[in-house]
Amino acid sequence: MKFGILVNEGPFTHQASDSAYQFVKAAIEKGHQVMRVFFYYDGVNNANKLSAPQSDDRNLVKMWGDLAKEHNLDLVVCIAAALRRGIVEDNLAEGFRISGLGQLTEVGIAADRLVVFGD
Amino acid sequence: MSEEIEFDTAGITKKFMYVNRKAPYGTIYALEVLEAVLISAAFEQHAAIVFIDDGVYQIKKGQDTAAINMKNFSKTYGIIEMEKEDADEDEDMDMVWRIIVEKESMEARGLSADDFVVDVEVLPSAELAKVMAEQDVVISG
Amino acid sequence: MIHTINKSPFERNSLDSCLRLSEKGSPILLLEDGVYAATKGTSVSGTVGTATGEHPMFVMGPDLQARGIAEDQVMDGITVVDYGGFVDLVVEHGTVQSWL
Repeated sequence: MKFGILVNEGPFTHQASDSAYQFVKAAIEKGHQVMRVFFYYDGVNNANKLSAPQSDDRNLVKMWGDLAKEHNLDLVVCIAAALRRGIVEDNLAEGFRISGLGQLTEVGIAADRLVVFGD
Repeated sequence: MSEEIEFDTAGITKKFMYVNRKAPYGTIYALEVLEAVLISAAFEQHAAIVFIDDGVYQIKKGQDTAAINMKNFSKTYGIIEMEKEDADEDEDMDMVWRIIVEKESMEARGLSADDFVVDVEVLPSAELAKVMAEQDVVISG
Repeated sequence: MIHTINKSPFERNSLDSCLRLSEKGSPILLLEDGVYAATKGTSVSGTVGTATGEHPMFVMGPDLQARGIAEDQVMDGITVVDYGGFVDLVVEHGTVQSWL
C-alpha cells in the first residue's frame, strides 16, 4: 500500500515527528511504500541542519535524512512555511528538498492513505 | 537544489476534508490550513472545510487585529467562498466544495450561523460524522 | 475510517470531540499523551468504558511504556499495539482522522 505522511511539528517540542518516523519505519518494514513525507507548519524545523541536539538525545534531522537515503524517501519541506521559519537551501539538511504546498495535495491524491502527525 | 518529483494525479478526484479545531491568533494553525485549502483548488479536488470546537472562532465576524499587529486572515475565507461558488457554477468541473460548521460546537460557544464571515452549512454532529466517514483524505492542523 | 487521539483527556477535548464525531464501529487509536485515557480508575474511565462498547479501541504500547503505564493498568476492551500494529490498522480501516 502507498502511504503519504504529513508532519506538522518540529523535533524538539512535540512527539509528532518521532511518531511519524516510527510509523514510516514500521510501514517500510512491512513492505509498504511511503511515497512522500511532507513537512508543514513547524514541521519544517525537522529539516534544519544547523540544529545540534545534545549527544545523549536522538537527532531526528539526521535520522530522517538517513532513512531517506536508505529507502529513497521523498522528504519535502513546504516552501512558504520554511521561509517564515528561516529554512532555506543553505541550511537544508541532507535528504530533504524544498517545494510547494501543492506537493501535499498531490500525495493526498496519489497515495492510498495520508497519515497526519501533529499537535 | 534537489530534483522535483511529481506524481501523476490526472483524472483522479478525491474527497479532501480540512478540519479546523483551533482558535485563530493564539496559534498559527488556522492560517496555514487556509493556505493548504487554497492550493488544493488548483487540483480540482472535492473539499470540505470543517469548523469544530474552537475552530468556529476562526470565521467569527468582526475580527480586528490592528491592536495585536497580526494579519487578519478571516478575510481569506471570502476567497474560499468564491472558489466554492465557482465550483458550484461550473457544470464542466467535477468539484464540490462545502463549508461546514458543527452545530454543537457553534452552540456551545453561544454563536449562530449569522455570526460567521461566510455562508456555512450547519450540521449536527451525527450528520457531520457521516460526512467525515466518507472522506478519502483528512488534513487536520 | 480510523480515528487517532494524541492528547491527554485531562488537558484537551480531543477524546470528547472524537467520540461525538465518529461513527459507531470505527476504531480509535490512542497514542502519545492520548494513552492516559486508557488507564484504569480515572475520571474519564466511565466515558472510555462506554466507548469500548461502541468502538474497537487500541493504545500504543511504546507510548504506555515510556510513560510508566504497565499493561495491567490498561482498561479492559483496549488492545495494546506497536507501530507495526498502527500501520496494520491504517491499512485495514482506510482514511485516518487525526484529532490534533
